[in-house]
Amino acid sequence: MGMLRDFFDKFEPSFLKGGRYEKYFPLYEMIESLALTPRTVTTVAPHARSFVDMKRIMTYVVISTIPCILMALYNTGYQANGAIMALGPDSATGWRAWLVAKSGLPFDPGNPFSNLFFGALYFLPIYIVTLAIGGIWECLFAVVRGHEVNEGFLVTSMLFVLILPASTPLWQVALGISFGVVLGKEVFGGTGKNFLNPALVGRAFLYFAYPANMSGDTVWTPVDGFSGATALGITAAEGPQALANHGISWWDAFFGLIQGSLGETSTLACLLGLVFLLATRIANWRLIVGCLGGMIGFSLLLNLIGSDTNPMFAMPWYWHLVLGGYAFGLVFMVTEPVSASQTNVGRYVYGALIGFMVVMIRVINPAFPEGMMLAILFGNIFAPLIDFFVIKANIARRAKRNA
Amino acid sequence: MEGLISLAVKAIFVENLALSFFLGMCTFIAVSKKIETAIGLGISVTVVQAITVPANNLILNTLLKPGALSWAGFGDVDLTFLGLISYIGVIAAIVQILEMVLDKYFPPLYNALGIFLPLITVNCAILGGSLFMVERDYTFPEAATYGLSSGLGWALAITAMAGVREKLKYSDIPDGLQGLGITFITAGLMAMGFMSFSGVKL
Repeated sequence: MGMLRDFFDKFEPSFLKGGRYEKYFPLYEMIESLALTPRTVTTVAPHARSFVDMKRIMTYVVISTIPCILMALYNTGYQANGAIMALGPDSATGWRAWLVAKSGLPFDPGNPFSNLFFGALYFLPIYIVTLAIGGIWECLFAVVRGHEVNEGFLVTSMLFVLILPASTPLWQVALGISFGVVLGKEVFGGTGKNFLNPALVGRAFLYFAYPANMSGDTVWTPVDGFSGATALGITAAEGPQALANHGISWWDAFFGLIQGSLGETSTLACLLGLVFLLATRIANWRLIVGCLGGMIGFSLLLNLIGSDTNPMFAMPWYWHLVLGGYAFGLVFMVTEPVSASQTNVGRYVYGALIGFMVVMIRVINPAFPEGMMLAILFGNIFAPLIDFFVIKANIARRAKRNA
Repeated sequence: MEGLISLAVKAIFVENLALSFFLGMCTFIAVSKKIETAIGLGISVTVVQAITVPANNLILNTLLKPGALSWAGFGDVDLTFLGLISYIGVIAAIVQILEMVLDKYFPPLYNALGIFLPLITVNCAILGGSLFMVERDYTFPEAATYGLSSGLGWALAITAMAGVREKLKYSDIPDGLQGLGITFITAGLMAMGFMSFSGVKL
């Protein structure tokens, strides 16, 4: 540590005020706080000693996504290998398949090493492009506007990658993260000042701008000519009981060996992340309770009402829980403190609104088989208003008590 | 009855006047700085809308439509070319009455709304509501439902917008975007969230 500190001390003066590279201080600060600790310290009383700063919170969130990342690698490779096995070795085209073949691994979904390696060849390019392009925007804004480069970007970029389909063209990845970082966050002043989740803004932008690459049956498994609908696509078309005909059991969906965006298929992996986030108190459990309550309540109500024409009405809540992006959104996006409601009562309401909206979109809106992304964006819009009314009610109650 | 309920839901969420037709933007952006004022304006717009759309529907059906004047002996007269001016006339009259009522009974709201209250007259959302009513050929009950619920949808949108803008007070917005610029971006991003309802068939 001492050596590292000396190293930074040597360069620091030229980045401070009056130094030669004064303008690039945010970049220097970024590297320094990555290697050592952030330099922001509270200068005025009251002081409370705590190690939980922005860097640690953001790092914890990134750590909590590790199970999802591993499942993303495994499942992407598993699906791709499965597709190649089904279509024959001729379908193994492209540089990724060439690399897998060169390394001597078989195109066999039963071989975990092949799955992980093949999946990594899809995951890493997307992640690298996201980090590079998003990082350029972050640094540009930091240098021009003189604020620091925040660790929040690491979270945004990771979440953004995990909710993309594996076959997304890289230029779209670049476009999506640019939109998310610039219009979702930086025009408002950076981390903590935005009102929508930047990763979701980028994803929604891609979804509406390039629907052919973001939805349908052919985008989830990146093998040409292979067509596989997501579980929600199947239920939207044929009803929840049709899942068994397609060989999808509840446990498949729970472990995540189904079609879907890179990191969102496995409910188990999301739950592991949730346990970590709750144990470290990064995620607020009220948001989770609210969101689960809204989802379970409204889907039970729809089960009760029933419908002759729309099979989705019969979908039970435990299927809603494991399919699509519900679990991922619940753990990593509903709990995001910046865009969520900030009062305790408001958190229940905000969560319940999202839970309600996700079931509403999945069941009642035929345009979108999946609803978590739009439901969370919708919740984000109303989060400040919910807080406003909670605070108003509180003021009224206290005024009455002290009258 | 069921038809009217689905019409109401559609007018509030699916075809939200502010966030999917982008009508009434001038007031939507100008009066959304504070939540209380936004709620007041939202209620005023809802009231005006709920009165003018059915009122204009009556005018259309008893005076303007071809053959509507047959009760007075002018069976073949088509006065629809007078449509725009009569709708605006009705709207202006009702806004005038609303202004006097607010001035008398809710002076704080009257002062907070200021110039934007008379400007409801030329709010595109209000005239838009009446014109949609004509275009879609609503019956009287449908027009009444549509007027009320489209006004409510607009009120919901401006209230949410005001909430977001109050939160954005703590943001650090680049100089060039402060004020109107960031508000337009915010409205656009909010419209993206409202896309959740696009495609709902009722």
